[in-house]
Amino acid sequence: MTEEFLNSFMTGPDERGRFGDFGGRFVSETLMPLILELEKQYEHAKTDDSFWAEMNDLWTHYVGRPSPLYHADRLTAHLGGAKIYMKRDELNHTGAHKINNVLGQIILARRMGKTRIIAETGAGQHGVATATVCAKFGLKCVVYMGAHDVERQAPNVFRMKLLGAEVVSVTSGRGTLKDAMNDALRDWVTNVRDTFYCIGTVAGPHPYPAMVRDFQTIIGKEAREQMQAREGRLPDTIIAAIGGGSNAMGLFYPFLDDKSVNIIGVEAGGKGVNDKMEHCASLTGGRPGVLHGNRTYLLQDDDGQILEGYSISAGLDYPGIGPEHSWLHEIGRAKYVSVTDKEALAAFQLCCETEGIIPALEPSHALAHVIKIAPELPEDHIICMNMCGRGDKDIFTVARHLGFEMGGH
Amino acid sequence: MTRIDAKFAELASAGKKAFVTYVMAGDPDYDTSLEVVKGLPAAGVDIIELGLPFTDPMADGPTIQLAGQRALEAGQTLKKTLALAAAFRTGDDTTPIVLMGYYNPIYNHGVEAFLRDAREAGIDGLIVVDLPPEEDEELCIPAQKAGLNFIRLATPTTDDARLPKVLENTSGFVYYVSITGITGAAAPEAGDVAPEVARIKSQTDLPIIVGFGIRTPEMSEGIARIADGAVVGSAIVSEIAAGKPVAEVLDFVRSLAEGAHRA
Repeated sequence: MTEEFLNSFMTGPDERGRFGDFGGRFVSETLMPLILELEKQYEHAKTDDSFWAEMNDLWTHYVGRPSPLYHADRLTAHLGGAKIYMKRDELNHTGAHKINNVLGQIILARRMGKTRIIAETGAGQHGVATATVCAKFGLKCVVYMGAHDVERQAPNVFRMKLLGAEVVSVTSGRGTLKDAMNDALRDWVTNVRDTFYCIGTVAGPHPYPAMVRDFQTIIGKEAREQMQAREGRLPDTIIAAIGGGSNAMGLFYPFLDDKSVNIIGVEAGGKGVNDKMEHCASLTGGRPGVLHGNRTYLLQDDDGQILEGYSISAGLDYPGIGPEHSWLHEIGRAKYVSVTDKEALAAFQLCCETEGIIPALEPSHALAHVIKIAPELPEDHIICMNMCGRGDKDIFTVARHLGFEMGGH
Repeated sequence: MTRIDAKFAELASAGKKAFVTYVMAGDPDYDTSLEVVKGLPAAGVDIIELGLPFTDPMADGPTIQLAGQRALEAGQTLKKTLALAAAFRTGDDTTPIVLMGYYNPIYNHGVEAFLRDAREAGIDGLIVVDLPPEEDEELCIPAQKAGLNFIRLATPTTDDARLPKVLENTSGFVYYVSITGITGAAAPEAGDVAPEVARIKSQTDLPIIVGFGIRTPEMSEGIARIADGAVVGSAIVSEIAAGKPVAEVLDFVRSLAEGAHRA
């Protein structure tokens, strides 16, 4: 399939939950009736004005949307090329884009009569967002988090506990995000009647990749309107960091049919994308496989065993990627690159110093790519990057990497 | 007629229920697991489910997951698992082997190549946990065309409306998962399972084998009584995990088999 055969890039997935060959519903029979029911309920809610009215009300008054589109003028001047804008989703309640999606899923869960919410989390941002919305609605919340992440994201673990969630430290497998997702799926298989699984990214069995994308699309819709209002035109390049890929899909989706807009996804290159596999770059360093309910690009060995990713950023540390990204990669509509830990750290510091914004390590990856390309671009080239999370949670990690001693931690 | 069909015909004419066991290929290492598998028919096992190790067994409990990790750490691969089946076949040409696992290692090997290699290794059927009927074109239909049985799981969440879809491309037997949950978890109550087996029976002539949570000869007997057979997996894998000698593992298997065959 090539571009000229498609009228639109915005029609997917098909009725089998496929984006081209990617996506699908690779789950056990116990879960199959549940995801079919979820699909039915979501299809209904999607066209129900009262559902979106509730979402919009909460987005405005609880999350603080719309998030600003900010012209990063000092960074622009510093780099001396393209004009850089940041979509400030780090200013959302709970500090990241994750809550956009959580609100949608939990409103849906309430409509379905579910009383217990489970979630997986890596950096803890999705876990915090889920715990937050559960507290707001008085729902029981259980968050699965890899033991290694529990250790390196202590502030978020405590936040979740303050919000009344039970945080399960996952030691099965290697105790990472993918294992947390396995354990969440095991919980769901066991508690099918009352439990809703709130997935944090655009992956998993259909309808999750489409549903999470739809909830995150608010980012791109706002950015599009704000850019029109500010500049009277669309951006030339949009850039976002990718772990599972939900903030990126949210920014990209409303621009997919705008042929003039370059779309760039930035994967976590860790210590470098090579055969030592110390990275999380599924598209640039993996190949197609089936995991967690969908076919997509995965980090795997010759035998089809899943490999652990590595990244300084816990939020990007996942061996897969949303299936729609795999499809956009294969058809060439979006370009995917990777940046290393080192480059992301440098971007983190530059952003603090030039803009007074402490970014999360995840969007620092997107920013690192902006830093690479902006100086070579003309001044009238507009870049919009997604500042999808703030860096409060990461200051301990960054301090350690910079050799700075933090008292009491 | 596959070895599975022949086995059920033989059991039916003898008036016996089937006893099915699951062991993980390569757990704790290739040689030990081959020795266990070779001993299963003499211990009374009618059908062998051979676990294909995978790093991310989402529908399995800790017992099976750890078995897979032990196998992978000892160097087990899909190719070695097929080699293990082939080695078993040199001494036993009648006991059916069902390969049970997850899709990614198979997809990674290439479906056509896998079906050819599995046939050559003497595999008779497949249970692939993460391939529901909605994904039948992936492997189920090609497998049936290649002469392998594709055995589907039916579960307590498979309602009457959905059951025909689950049964449609199933062959060999139906594996009824007696609980909503993971392998090795809560034990099923025979009283709860019986109506479910009857419900599935009303829609198919295939044998119904029940598994998940069966640990003792008594449970094996109780479940086999209300179905066409019982499957035990985690309880046997636990014996292997405990480092019991192969002879003791097989004694435990024999006690479970006797339970099922009393039914």
